[in-house]
Amino acid sequence: MKPSITANWNSLPGPEDITRVELSNGITVLTRANFNSPSVVMSGYLTSGSQFDRDDKLGLAYFTSTALMRGSQSHSHQEIFEILESAGASLGFSASVHTTSFGSRALAEDLPVLLQILNECLRQPVFPSDQVEKLRAQLMTSLAIRAQDTEEMASLRFDQVVFPDHPYGRPEDGYNETIQNITRQDLADFHRIHYGPKGMVLVIVGAVTAEQTLEQVQRALGDWHNPDQPEPAKMPKATPLQVTFREHLNIPGKSQTDLVMGTLGPKRCSPDFLPASLGNNILGQFGLMGRIGDVVREQAGLAYHASASLNAWIEGGSWEVSAGVNPANLDRAVTLIVSELKRFVTEPVTSEELEDSQSNFIGRLPLSMESNSGVANAILNLERFQLGLDYYRRYPQMVSEVTPPMILEAASQYIDPEKLAIVSAGTESAPAAS
Amino acid sequence: MPTPIVKTVLDNGLTIQLKEIHTAPLISHWMWYRVGSRDEVSGKTGISHWVEHMQFKGTPRYPAGILDKAISRDGGMWNAFTYMDWTTYFETLPADKINLALELEADRMVNSTFDLQEVESERTVIISEREGSENEPLFRLGEAMQTEAFRSHPYRNEVIGSLEDLHRIKRDDLYQHYRSYYTPGNAILAVAGDFKTEEMLGRIKELYKNVSPAPLPPHPAQPEPPLSGERRVEVKGPGETTFLKIAYRAPAANQADYFSFTLLDSLLTGPSSLSMIGGGGISNRTSRLYRLLVEKELAVHVGGSLQATIDPFLYEITATIHPKQTPEAVLAAIDAEIKRLQEDPISVEEITRAIKQARALFAYSSENITNQAFWLGYAEIFDHYDWFINYLELLGKVTTADLLYTAQKYLQPAQRVVGTYIPEGES
Repeated sequence: MKPSITANWNSLPGPEDITRVELSNGITVLTRANFNSPSVVMSGYLTSGSQFDRDDKLGLAYFTSTALMRGSQSHSHQEIFEILESAGASLGFSASVHTTSFGSRALAEDLPVLLQILNECLRQPVFPSDQVEKLRAQLMTSLAIRAQDTEEMASLRFDQVVFPDHPYGRPEDGYNETIQNITRQDLADFHRIHYGPKGMVLVIVGAVTAEQTLEQVQRALGDWHNPDQPEPAKMPKATPLQVTFREHLNIPGKSQTDLVMGTLGPKRCSPDFLPASLGNNILGQFGLMGRIGDVVREQAGLAYHASASLNAWIEGGSWEVSAGVNPANLDRAVTLIVSELKRFVTEPVTSEELEDSQSNFIGRLPLSMESNSGVANAILNLERFQLGLDYYRRYPQMVSEVTPPMILEAASQYIDPEKLAIVSAGTESAPAAS
Repeated sequence: MPTPIVKTVLDNGLTIQLKEIHTAPLISHWMWYRVGSRDEVSGKTGISHWVEHMQFKGTPRYPAGILDKAISRDGGMWNAFTYMDWTTYFETLPADKINLALELEADRMVNSTFDLQEVESERTVIISEREGSENEPLFRLGEAMQTEAFRSHPYRNEVIGSLEDLHRIKRDDLYQHYRSYYTPGNAILAVAGDFKTEEMLGRIKELYKNVSPAPLPPHPAQPEPPLSGERRVEVKGPGETTFLKIAYRAPAANQADYFSFTLLDSLLTGPSSLSMIGGGGISNRTSRLYRLLVEKELAVHVGGSLQATIDPFLYEITATIHPKQTPEAVLAAIDAEIKRLQEDPISVEEITRAIKQARALFAYSSENITNQAFWLGYAEIFDHYDWFINYLELLGKVTTADLLYTAQKYLQPAQRVVGTYIPEGES
């Protein structure tokens, strides 16, 4: 039975109900009204990501983004949060490789306040020295906690191994020594050079009309210019591993070992993405974590979590299987996963498996867009990956057209079970007795 | 605007709560059982959570894996949670697919098989789940503190259970626990979404008409007397970061003091989301303890947690200590601030502000149908759905005098456990 296309398809965001406007200074604004709840969600990004960070000051883009709310020309740190929190509103900034991102929500009546604070933080941050030092201590503590987190450390090392000499292989939040290297002046300079309206995207979803939204955004951000804002440099192409790499990071005193293993994956705009994504669902997502969950958790009882993920970004991606296991069971889990990967790249998935996953992909879309934040995120992705405003309307058809041979081709193109990165983190243990 | 809810109790004792919402073609279906770690005895800790896992292992009609596949195919989501007072199972599905949830939940109230081999395989999965938690310093500290905070009440145990009990529990223990507590009289079925009440009620009655009533299971736990004095716990472990946690005995959700305590928590550590299943939060930078501890570089993070429970549980303040500070200094600062709360009346402006924050969080957490259905059942566990309906109004009635009284009554050193996680450090 082929998957059905649900009748409520037109309730998803599409060209008729998303308003998309490019302001003259380069900001793209997308908005969609929803009056079912009295709230509004605002999210977006600028092009000032960690790809601009020097190696010795890695974490600068992230540090800058988290310092934006520590004081502006008009308000102190406490005053900024007094305004937001008194209204029951929230706003936060972060940074990843390509972008500085922000997310916020408020009651719809407070959208003007939210835009005013966004504007202040983006354009007039002052980076007070005392606040920069407080923030540095907080970032250093987060890094100390990260160093103890088996899942994060395995994942961090995996990225380093799969993306050597590539921005995707570097942690956006930096390392102890690079955070120590960053000065207040570095933050101010990074902001002055890299923050600007060119390439900025702003999505607003909730109980406001498109006219109101556009007028308020134009008033807040329409006159922002930064003629010096640089274009991102072209990224190098990541090359696949030539042999399997295996490493264990010893973190003493831990009950569980976290395992991350995998390879490079397709970028989001690649034609391979959708077949790989459906294949990944079969491999390690569908139901209780697909084939991997079935073998590692259900049959062997080795792990509480065991799954696969496809992380597809603008310039590339990774294809990962992860699991948390008792240290004594690590090798057994690796063997089971490698054997599943071998099957995945040599045999086509069954038509039943594919139909299950196709139904799942199509059917889950309305649920993922039930809330304002779900819709905002979906619209942001349309813009980030240039998918087109009608993407969610075309989506069921595109999903239905994927075949088992297409999945096998994508799987075997990216995954070579003889050339995997296998990283684990946890307490060293003697191999299991049996 | 939202329609009123319809509450019905069937002859076999099953409570049904229905709420029509027509904003999206979705229905969320929740089955709540009044069973959790609160109902567990020594030697069987973790049994309720394990039973929850076994409920995904199939019945003769829906063998293991079939349900999962069926719901995933329909684009739905489903999950289950076990907590101190309850175990709940939910499915949110396209409205035209909800029959699957209705049928499977009625089926597994009675017919789960608890296959021996599945029990053994799940034992190691749950132990692995516990080991994942043990990797977290705050889990280890919290577990040690709960044991100190209650002498005999089962709230002293972690929901997941002790490792010893996870090795000890047998298939028949699990099955017996299931048969005792998974009965219509001990359950609440809550459904919200795009349906017609009459039709939905008719369908539910049809599905449950043959489920026999059973004696109500025992809920032996009784609230404990107050602590006899402050207790201190120290947990040592890997890492470089010191954590301080203070746990005060708190009121139960159905006590009048709960609402004033909610506002105290908001003033001290910032407003908390009302829902247990997300919906967005608000930062806490203007809360009293953030200003005192983080702005003054005694800590790098502080947060609070007050939970809605049947019996009085704990109000917990957790601080991540600044690398150049000590837990003693942080504790002294918190004590000074609490003394202020107990002596100086809180301004009306501060209360009004906390209520506006609660209103915003209430709006965020009511945004989706899954959350709406969650509240239909959740509030019934520790009180009634009216608790949720009247929540903002009751918060609005809290006075300055109430806050003083609550701070003086509950935030006493003799009524708390103070825990520190001391990192042993490494090179």
